[in-house]
Amino acid sequence: MGQAGTFLINFRAIVAKELRSYFLSPFIYLVTAVFLLVSGYYFYTDLIFYVQFGFGLNIIENFWQLLFTDIRLMLLLAVPFLTMRLFAEEKRLGTIELLLTYPMRDAELYLGKFVACSLATLFMLSFTVVYPVLVYWVQPFNWTLVLAGYSGLVLIALACIACGLFISSLTDNQVVAGFAALCTLLFFWILSWNEGATREGFLYWLAQTSMVTHFQGFAQGFIDSKEVTFFFAFVLFFSFLTLRSLESRQWKGRR
Amino acid sequence: MIEVHKVTKYYGQVRALHKVSFNVREGEIVGLLGPNGSGKTTLMRILTGFFPPTEGRVVVAGHDVETASLEMRRKLGYLAENVVLYPDMTVRAFLGFCVRVKTATGAERHTQVKRVLDLCGLSHMVRRHIGTLSKGYRQRVGLAQALLCEPQVLILDEPTIGLDPHQLIDMRELIKSLGGKTTVLLSSHILAEVAQVCHRVVIIDKGQILAEDTPAGLSQRLQSATQTRMRIAGPVKEIQNALKALPGVSEVILQDAAEEQDEQPGQIFLVHSQDRTLSHQLAELVVNRGWSLHELNPLTAGLEELFVRLTKEEHRPAA
Repeated sequence: MGQAGTFLINFRAIVAKELRSYFLSPFIYLVTAVFLLVSGYYFYTDLIFYVQFGFGLNIIENFWQLLFTDIRLMLLLAVPFLTMRLFAEEKRLGTIELLLTYPMRDAELYLGKFVACSLATLFMLSFTVVYPVLVYWVQPFNWTLVLAGYSGLVLIALACIACGLFISSLTDNQVVAGFAALCTLLFFWILSWNEGATREGFLYWLAQTSMVTHFQGFAQGFIDSKEVTFFFAFVLFFSFLTLRSLESRQWKGRR
Repeated sequence: MIEVHKVTKYYGQVRALHKVSFNVREGEIVGLLGPNGSGKTTLMRILTGFFPPTEGRVVVAGHDVETASLEMRRKLGYLAENVVLYPDMTVRAFLGFCVRVKTATGAERHTQVKRVLDLCGLSHMVRRHIGTLSKGYRQRVGLAQALLCEPQVLILDEPTIGLDPHQLIDMRELIKSLGGKTTVLLSSHILAEVAQVCHRVVIIDKGQILAEDTPAGLSQRLQSATQTRMRIAGPVKEIQNALKALPGVSEVILQDAAEEQDEQPGQIFLVHSQDRTLSHQLAELVVNRGWSLHELNPLTAGLEELFVRLTKEEHRPAA
């Protein structure tokens, strides 16, 4: 069997294992329910705002941008709950020892977990499609705007997953992993707050490291290749860190 | 099959292993024996490629564990200490996952899983969640995953810990039956077990190898120093002196009569000697002096004593 063959087999085995453990436990349904409850509330209030204070004009600025920004915040809050378990629990149970002594590369393990978590997040996000469908039913609009917003949401979700997975690989405590990931993602959010005020200097560049800053264009209905590149670089950077973290067991006791 | 060459492992400043070298031949069952914290698990983790040694070289199944880790791991079955498994998976789902990762081809997967289920007596448990299984069954699941895809080398860290006596026998028989085809390295801190299953024993303490021999060979080494238990009725002091005077006897200890529950006549003497063939001289002496000999029992020093001696009395200077 070739390298690509074993890669696919191992990768798929990990994805299947993780999906099984996601969807056979009630936890993901709980997270999804809370996510939908709050984002549904946002959808409702944003729509009211658009109709009453936006006077039904400029649907992009007064509705979609607000809604996508709100769903984005919910993603920042929800994704840590999905990533916290992935490596921390393997470490706590000790099963990481089992996995790492199987004929499997670290990258296969990591990619499997990353993809499984992405699918779980997509599952959660997919229910929000109800909102644009409802709006379209009342008043048809241009779908490409919404598609741009959703690609932004997916990219920011991937970024959050990469970051959350890295943090999960650092500890054997799920709660610590979840809380630290939450804090890190909120920190990135806070970084973006100063963006408008600090066009120059250090704070501007700091704001540029935040995925939240790079999300704004998507919410306004643009897909900018620069922004897409940022998200890929962000994911690659944290993937690199996670792989180093997995590898670090090999560094201990090195002379 | 397993070559360990001058392996040293440090955790920070703590030295877990120091210049450990030994070989295991193909089809051999070797026991790694040592008290808790002696470095057994560290050594096994190095052998499985979980982490590399600080110094030294390890070759398993013809592959260097550092440079050809993946190839090595394809030929390896490993049962980790405390048998770590996923509690929320069923036995079937877990083994199904393991067999995929161990890269058996599609058609072979089913037969492999069935084979290990039968081998480990798990066929009636396939639908149970691993978290709900008893310790003994969990151990079997751990062994089952290690045996998937017929590994050339099997590394078992404390395979019999927490098993009841009946399960213990099953496990022993299973491991014994693997010998000849599979190379097995198992660790234990229980001597009797290792002696029953293994062809050879490697005794390790404080990260160093203290002895390496067959179980029989190890007890042979001990027979140079042995004990004889005697029950003699007569003048205690006189008997003790007479026994002590015998050539070859190093020490005679009086055992407290109060410890003995029975009401048999006589006093118990424990005679330490260098020579094992002393029994008939001891008997002759007692009979000739007119004392009555009620019991004479040469105590064969088992591995247990050697073990205690090797691990407790050996004070090696920390290098």
